[in-house]
Amino acid sequence: MRYLPKSPADREAMLAEIGVPSIESLFETIPTEYRLAHDLNIPRQHSESEVLDCFRAFAANISSGDAVELAARPAGKLFASFLGAGAYRHYRPVIIDSLVQRGEFLTSYTPYQPEISQGTLQAMFEFQTMICELTGMEIANASMYDGSTGAAESVLMACRVTGRQGAVVARTVHPEYREVMATVTKHQEIPITEVGYVAETGRVDLAALDAAITAETAAVLIQSPNFFGTIEDVAAIAEIAHKKGALLIVSIAEAVSLGAVKAPVEADIVSLEAQSFGVAVGFGGPYCGVIACKEKFLRQMPGRLVGETKDSHGKRGWVLTLSTREQHIRREKATSNICTNQALVALMVTIFMTVYGKQGLQELAAQNLAKAKYLRDALLASGAKTKFDGTPRFHEFVLTGAASAAAMNARLLEMQIVGGLALAKWYPELGEGATLWCATELTTKAQMDAAATVCAGVFERELVGAK
Amino acid sequence: MADTKFIGTPKKATTHVNQNEDLIFEKSSAGKKGYRLAQLDVPAVDVASLLGDAARTDDLGAMPELSEIEIIRHFTRLSTWNYAIDLGMYPLGSCTMKYNPRINEAVARLEGLAEAHPYQPESLSQGALGIMKMLSDCLVEITGMDTITLQPAAGAQGEFTGILLARAYHEANGNPRRKIIVPDSAHGTNPATAAICGYEVANLKSNELGMVDLAELERMVDDNVAALMLTNPSTIGVFESDIHKIADILHAKGALLYMDGANMNALVGKTRPGDFGADVMHLNLHKTFSTPHGGGGPGSGPVACKKILEPFLPSPVLKTNADGSLGLDYNRPQSVGRVRAWYGNFGMFIRALAYILANGPDGLRQTTEDAVLNANYIRAKLEGTFELPYKSRSLHEVVFSDKLQAKNGVKTGDMGKRLIDYGFHAYTVSFPMVVHGAMMIEPTESESREELDLLIDALKQIAREAEENPELVQTAPHTTRLQRLDETTAARKPILRWKAPVAATELTPDSAAKEW
Repeated sequence: MRYLPKSPADREAMLAEIGVPSIESLFETIPTEYRLAHDLNIPRQHSESEVLDCFRAFAANISSGDAVELAARPAGKLFASFLGAGAYRHYRPVIIDSLVQRGEFLTSYTPYQPEISQGTLQAMFEFQTMICELTGMEIANASMYDGSTGAAESVLMACRVTGRQGAVVARTVHPEYREVMATVTKHQEIPITEVGYVAETGRVDLAALDAAITAETAAVLIQSPNFFGTIEDVAAIAEIAHKKGALLIVSIAEAVSLGAVKAPVEADIVSLEAQSFGVAVGFGGPYCGVIACKEKFLRQMPGRLVGETKDSHGKRGWVLTLSTREQHIRREKATSNICTNQALVALMVTIFMTVYGKQGLQELAAQNLAKAKYLRDALLASGAKTKFDGTPRFHEFVLTGAASAAAMNARLLEMQIVGGLALAKWYPELGEGATLWCATELTTKAQMDAAATVCAGVFERELVGAK
Repeated sequence: MADTKFIGTPKKATTHVNQNEDLIFEKSSAGKKGYRLAQLDVPAVDVASLLGDAARTDDLGAMPELSEIEIIRHFTRLSTWNYAIDLGMYPLGSCTMKYNPRINEAVARLEGLAEAHPYQPESLSQGALGIMKMLSDCLVEITGMDTITLQPAAGAQGEFTGILLARAYHEANGNPRRKIIVPDSAHGTNPATAAICGYEVANLKSNELGMVDLAELERMVDDNVAALMLTNPSTIGVFESDIHKIADILHAKGALLYMDGANMNALVGKTRPGDFGADVMHLNLHKTFSTPHGGGGPGSGPVACKKILEPFLPSPVLKTNADGSLGLDYNRPQSVGRVRAWYGNFGMFIRALAYILANGPDGLRQTTEDAVLNANYIRAKLEGTFELPYKSRSLHEVVFSDKLQAKNGVKTGDMGKRLIDYGFHAYTVSFPMVVHGAMMIEPTESESREELDLLIDALKQIAREAEENPELVQTAPHTTRLQRLDETTAARKPILRWKAPVAATELTPDSAAKEW
């Protein structure tokens, strides 16, 4: 086996030094009846070239990973995709991969020994600083698993801060984030109340929100831009929440929006999914969640934190700090059971934020807005209708007008185009034809025009059918 | 003159650029750029008029502005301050710091996988689902379980999912029960997990061998107990030989055996938890299956279980359609719910499967044997130099204590730091808690005999230093860029982000150098 650095003679010599006759004797503590007497029934040992072939086949959408099958069925190239909904395709500068593939970053452990981990620690400190700057919060942790678990952990955190048990969550929050939150809060007896949105604006229904908050509400959780791409009125929601002593948690699924959309400074806690900053959509993970908040909530923050300090000679350096909140010290009394975070992905995010920087993040967000506006206009011209028209939005919007989202997407797929995400599964009130469309800086005019042409055909046919 | 020997060299003690890299913010200058956006092929928009009150009006404050070469140098310099497996051995017990094969990284970046959107139609996702299916089948076979979910994002989330499965199972039988038993030798995540699943934690004391005390367990297990969370081999690296009796005691009262798979690197290909009585377990793909630690993540924590727990798996579940194609089943009325958006850390599934394919059944077995051989070799060579509190046969790791050195005031933490001066990462310090002054060493299979001999020599030398010159060890490390860091002040007066200097004086190279 090519990863194993021992010759047969090494093994024999080592067994002799240990003083046992065979390798089997080292496994004697495992009762014989439970020791495997045969090979595991898994694929045989593959060469590196065979491993590569196998995954090339998978990458070409062959379900078995069989290279023979690949040769017989060359893959069609997808022309365009308009999917977003919490997983966004943005350009990923090449240097991100060059840097994170350095073994010193890729193959290092959690920086518990700061003297030999200053690289990871300083980069995390820079990450924390940049996240604070973008979100308008005072402190940020060194990452959470992703946006969904970060949102759930934020609710738990708010309960610890306020001593209340309960949260009010907007229905405009990503449906899968809400599902995760339900799983996590259920067994801690934290009731979750959902509040709807105003049918015209696609924003949280403020009157319903006001009515839903009780003396036991620890936090109001919203997403902005929300799942429909609409920007919530964070200041108004904060006022309603704070008036009743609840905290406001703002979940942000599209980090690129922060280059154009006002930071949610009125929030107490921000839970950000930073995947857009240089991380591949990669079929849903790994991504990079992060929690940022007001400094006064520091002791209730979950996850790892990097702090500045000095060494014994007075040199500036960094350490993991405030670990008394964490499970390896507090055990069952910890703020969370989280241990591993997303350090390497957070590093990718840090490099992305550095590459674009102060100017670039603003220009990037503006390009996303321009593309989404063009796409929306093109689809409207094709005969589609859009929802929530008067409300400011970032780069996603809800399209209606088709009789069936499935039928429209099937037509688009014939042209190698993946259309918007069908919404009826989570929002049946929007109808069977409702879809969520997204354009980013990578979406081209040609792709958008092509999609609009297909849609025009669909609407024309539906019109004819109706007559 | 005292100064003469510095003629022709800078007067500052050190200005070594690589060693004194500033924070990125301190290197930033207004107007520099490390990017260029593609030419816009649609009409530009005015952000302020489009977004109105929602538009951002500040200038993003401290966000840095640098050119590409400066960014490359900054992060490359930072990287040189890290220790890493690629540089040498990590004898970190319980962490399984093995080689991270580069083919894993190559295949994870193939465009069809890296660019696959989680919501794209299933017809376009057959390759991605195929990876999940093949990995699931392999892990089910390796663990001897019946089924699996890949959704949990890391080990701790795997534990959470596993205990939720146990809870749902008991609820379906009429009563979720109240308690989870956790041995005192367990990882901190175990009791933390039990607590967030709404369970009381009952601590089980280990016996004099560091193992589960069967009589005590028998006394504790009643029909209020939902499960025992057991790490096997235990955190002292010893297989629980009475594992089937442990399972029997639990099962007799309707309780389940949860196995923490953190130490699975000792078992793969040699024995299967599903065969010896475990009902549910998590795996750490970033330990046993070679996905990189990356300075603390991402991990991935699949949960394998027996058929009785299958109805409760997180939604969605992978399914094979009638036509042989793969799909996702969301119709799971008894599911514990979702623990993470989408399907888990897919990028880690690719890497773990690449590792399994590269090994095959013979390679995985040899890997386990080498890991166990290495730990026992270290044990044989260092027993006597360090106290060995538990004499039971070690599998993949060995736990010594600092008892012999503590007489001279040298503690496990000191010796761990001193190991850094010899070019190694420290071993795991002060864990498991059942061993006072624990020195926990897990070499993994990735170390050659030559590398092991170097570690052994280093530790013997350190033991000698502890006798002859304790202060040398107590003040280690001495060869690193920074010496011991003041963690107390860091926690007492937390500085968690950089802030621009209050006075608007630009940092000059001189004022920046003063820091050092």
